[in-house]
Order: sequence, then C-alpha cells, then structure tokens
Amino acid sequence: MARRATPEVNAGSMADIAFLLLIFFLVTTTIEKDKGIARQLPPKEDIVDPPKIKEKNLFIVNVNRNDQLLVEEKLMELKDLRQAAITFLDNGGAPSGSPEYCNYCKGRRNPESSDNPDKAVISVQNDRLTSYKMYIAVQNELVAAYNFLRDRESQRLYGWKFTEKTKDLNEGKIKGEATKEALQKQLEEVQKLFPLKLSEAEPKKSGQ
Amino acid sequence: MSKFTKKKSNELPPVSTASLPDIVFMLLFFFMVVTVLRDDNLLVQNKLPKADQVEKLKKDRSVYIYAGKPSSRYVDKYGSEPKIQIGDKYTDITNIKFALTEARQKLLPELQDKVMVALKVDEKTNTGMVTDIKQELRDLNMLKIIYITTPGNEINQ
Repeated sequence: MARRATPEVNAGSMADIAFLLLIFFLVTTTIEKDKGIARQLPPKEDIVDPPKIKEKNLFIVNVNRNDQLLVEEKLMELKDLRQAAITFLDNGGAPSGSPEYCNYCKGRRNPESSDNPDKAVISVQNDRLTSYKMYIAVQNELVAAYNFLRDRESQRLYGWKFTEKTKDLNEGKIKGEATKEALQKQLEEVQKLFPLKLSEAEPKKSGQ
Repeated sequence: MSKFTKKKSNELPPVSTASLPDIVFMLLFFFMVVTVLRDDNLLVQNKLPKADQVEKLKKDRSVYIYAGKPSSRYVDKYGSEPKIQIGDKYTDITNIKFALTEARQKLLPELQDKVMVALKVDEKTNTGMVTDIKQELRDLNMLKIIYITTPGNEINQ
C-alpha cells in the first residue's frame, strides 16, 4: 500500500514570527547608560572677599589617608554620616521671629548648630591619599541627606517625591511643555528650601 | 504516447517560503555580530565605586576621562602607578587640556558648550589625582562633571 503523503505544514508565517521576535527585542533592549553623581565645579577666579561663615553653620567632614572620618571633631562611621548631615541641615537654630527663622525645619532647633538650611554649609576636606572609593561614598551620603530632606519637603508641599519627579523629568516621562515648565518651577522651589551647599577644600598633602 | 504527457496541468508550483525565517534569522545574526557598541578601549583598571544617589549621563554631550592603574597586560610597559586615559591613549596630567579640547571637538558643534566631563576613576585611585584633574578642568572652564559609579552602596555592600 502506498504511503499517504503527509500534508505540508504551512511555514509561511514563520517569517512573521521571526520578525515579531526581532522587533520585540529591538524595542525592549535598552543599552545601559552610565550613571553617576553630577557636580558643578566652582569657576576659577580669585575670590577677593571670601564670605564669612559662622562656625556653627559649618559642618566639617574630614577624611584622612586611612579613610577614617572625622565629623565635627568627632570620629564617625560612614553609616552615621547621613543622619548627622540631616540633623545638621534640618536644625533651624535661628530663633523664631528673626529673619533667618526656618519655619519648615523639623530639627532640634539647637542654637549651637546651623541657623537654617540656606546658611548651612557642608565642607569636605580630603587628604590626597584618601581612596576614591571613600571619597565617592562620602559624597553619596551627603547627597543622600539633601535628597532625603528635599523629598520630605516636596511630599509636604506637592505630594510627590523630589527625586522621583526629577528622574521622570530627565527620562522624558513628563509630557507637554507647560507641564514640564510648571514642574521645573516646583522642583526649583524645593531646591531653594534645601540648597546644595557642599564645599570642597583643597586637599591637604599627607603629613601636613 | 500518453505515458509521456504530464499528468498535472501546467499550474505554477508555489514557491516554498519555508526558508524565509532562516533568511530573516541570518540577517538578524549578521547585524547582531556586526554591530559593535563602540567604546573606548580601556587601558586602565576600572572598578568603579558604588553609589545610589545618581543621575543619568547624557552621552551625546560628554567627554570621558578614565583613571586608574594600568591594566595587568600593560603593567610591564607602564608600571603600576595610576594613569589617566583620554580617548584611546594614556595622557599626562600636563597634557590633559590638549587632549580634552581635542575630545570636545569630536562632539556635535551645538553641544560643545554644554559639555559634561564624565570621570571614570578606579576606586583604588587616590583622591589627589582626581583633584588634579578637577583643577585642570577648572582652568579649561569645563565645570560640569559627573563621577560615574556603579549601583550599590558602600555601607550595606
């Protein structure tokens, strides 16, 4: 008995399936982007009259060549730095009624610490032999402190988180020029409440 | 005679499309192999430090500076002192300005003013070297920098 011919499977749509796969992967793959901590360097010019900053408005972070932290003359672990910076920035020590009074600060109101976030300056002093790893870790913690406070304020004022909205804006998730501009303004408002005032002193040469 | 006449009518046989997916796949693989996401050839060790408070880098307007110890295969030639790399070659600290200006000219003309310098520095490098680079950048008036990091946190490893 002759074998019956098996019916051929229609393979015409295989190409379409392959194309679908190709397009799916094309759309979903994102080439990983570099991420990092952005900074603006101070322009090079001779400062004739350096602004006077009161001792209490200055938060000095010292990193030595062995990657140890000295914060406000006290030895500190890296994990405590964020909280210490938040406490300092959020202190709002100026007496109520004075023009420097900070009405949104929720800190201890210690008159020995910073007057208000606008006055508070964090100064980082590195040794030339400090490792880059430690340097970045310190910067990261300090930025985290600012982000924490900004998030808190934007949550209070507008009901969203500062960091999340900034991210959305940078990734182009916000549509429409008007919305973008409005958001930009609100973000600037929040930034004004806690302006990033990080100063970096010229690193000391080891042993000096 | 009838033995030699064709049984079938003279209809055209359908072209087999079974091999079409193979052709598409071959195309796909060809492009996958040929496309290179071109990046600088690293001459230095580059283990980036960790951070989580990060922003994204806009690649079209950035110039990369790498720094770190020479990679293991170059140690014999260049020693183990940390070096700076811009583009595809080592650069001396005094030569940074020239190399950077050159790198900047490769960007789109309308983005050259908004240039951002991406620092990819090995975590074991000394901060002193980074400071030297920053001083040079200030001289050049390229003030926007970004320290490239990897996701993570130093505290809870």
